[in-house]
Amino acid sequence: MNWFLGHLDEVGSLMATHAVLASAPLLAGLLLAIPLGWLARRYRLLRTPLIVGTGLLYTIPSLALFILMPLVLGTGILDPLNVVVALTVYTVALLVRTVSDGLASVPDDVLQAASAMGIGRVSRFFKVELPLAVPVISAGLRVAAVSNVSIVSVAALLGIAQLGSLFTDGFARNYLDPIVVGILACIALALVFDLLIVTLTKAATPWLRVGSPA
Amino acid sequence: MNLLWEWLADPNNWSGPEGVWARLIEHLSYSLVTLVIAAVVGIPLGLWIGHTGKGRLTVVNLVNGMRSVPTLGLLFVAVLVVGPLLAGDVAFLGPAIFVLVILAIPPILAGAYAGVEGVDPGVRDAARGMGMGELQVLTKVEIPVALPLIFSGLRSAALQVVATATIAASVSVGGLGRFLIDGQAYRDYGEMAAGALLVALLAVCVDLVFAAVQRLVVSPGLAAPNDSPRLRAAPQPVPATT
Repeated sequence: MNWFLGHLDEVGSLMATHAVLASAPLLAGLLLAIPLGWLARRYRLLRTPLIVGTGLLYTIPSLALFILMPLVLGTGILDPLNVVVALTVYTVALLVRTVSDGLASVPDDVLQAASAMGIGRVSRFFKVELPLAVPVISAGLRVAAVSNVSIVSVAALLGIAQLGSLFTDGFARNYLDPIVVGILACIALALVFDLLIVTLTKAATPWLRVGSPA
Repeated sequence: MNLLWEWLADPNNWSGPEGVWARLIEHLSYSLVTLVIAAVVGIPLGLWIGHTGKGRLTVVNLVNGMRSVPTLGLLFVAVLVVGPLLAGDVAFLGPAIFVLVILAIPPILAGAYAGVEGVDPGVRDAARGMGMGELQVLTKVEIPVALPLIFSGLRSAALQVVATATIAASVSVGGLGRFLIDGQAYRDYGEMAAGALLVALLAVCVDLVFAAVQRLVVSPGLAAPNDSPRLRAAPQPVPATT
């Protein structure tokens, strides 16, 4: 506890970096997964290669992916971009399936009603399909957010500063306090992300609060 | 890129007690030991929870909660706290395996639980109506039907373990992770990248082996569980990567 009070600034700035490293891939991954998930849903032939392909990327352990990133990106090994891109890959892998399942969960008669009202294909996607898929997509996003926060900390082994640095520093000095503070800070950050997504989802799906089934 | 191929092309890096083959065997043995312990704990517990419906909420919370605990921190805490109680190499290996088991149990538990939970109540009632006892219902009906999800839980756990065993190299245990950690320490990018490539290949192979075994073991009537609406309705264990 004393250690934490004496290092508030340091923990705060590591936490801010950690939050950026974990959230940027979440947004990028979501933006990429929506069109890919749509493709997987729309064209049955593409579904298996898309989901199996991203699934294989998801199996690659994070430390290995961080180290291999410079070969693909031409970055230095210490570049935080490696972490952002690697986590974007994981997020896309997780969300392509979720987005495709979410779009599949939209009832067919709703789509037909929208078309009958004269809504075009593109605006039907953005105004009807995507909003109705939000609850399913949000469930996947929560999983991705929480695991991203945990995975970012692994990058400390390569010397990329964030909350994981508290683990490596504490371990090198045989000192438990920073490690415990780091773990608690990671869990707190994951909780904040989770609450944020839940709140945004609620705001985006007002019809669910009325109690009528979507 | 050249550094990577040079390292892989050097036969000295493959042989001996610190070569690729030896490290691969270490990595596989840690992973196997962990998976067996975790399965012995997780599968019966998950089956019991799925069969009786007791402690469901605990499982869901446990699985979600564990996902937010950073693996690296957990590993270091275990080594610093448990390590001093043990002597020699076990001081590092013991806590490392302990953490690996702790991380492997939730996906296995969730798979077994979700599998049994997802069994159609009508099927279960039919089995009872045919005069099966509770144990027979479990072993002859619920487990075979739950097999796809039990396997997908084991598969997630295996990937999680292979990934975390890599990170465990940072607490002085063996395995392929040594190349990643030692390469970093010696500023040898070739060694790091080669190790990373080998770890990635190992993870993909493990995934493919599990997929193949799953196909062989699961009853053909239950194949392609993801397209079956009934099983899809059950909470799917999510792959966990570290």
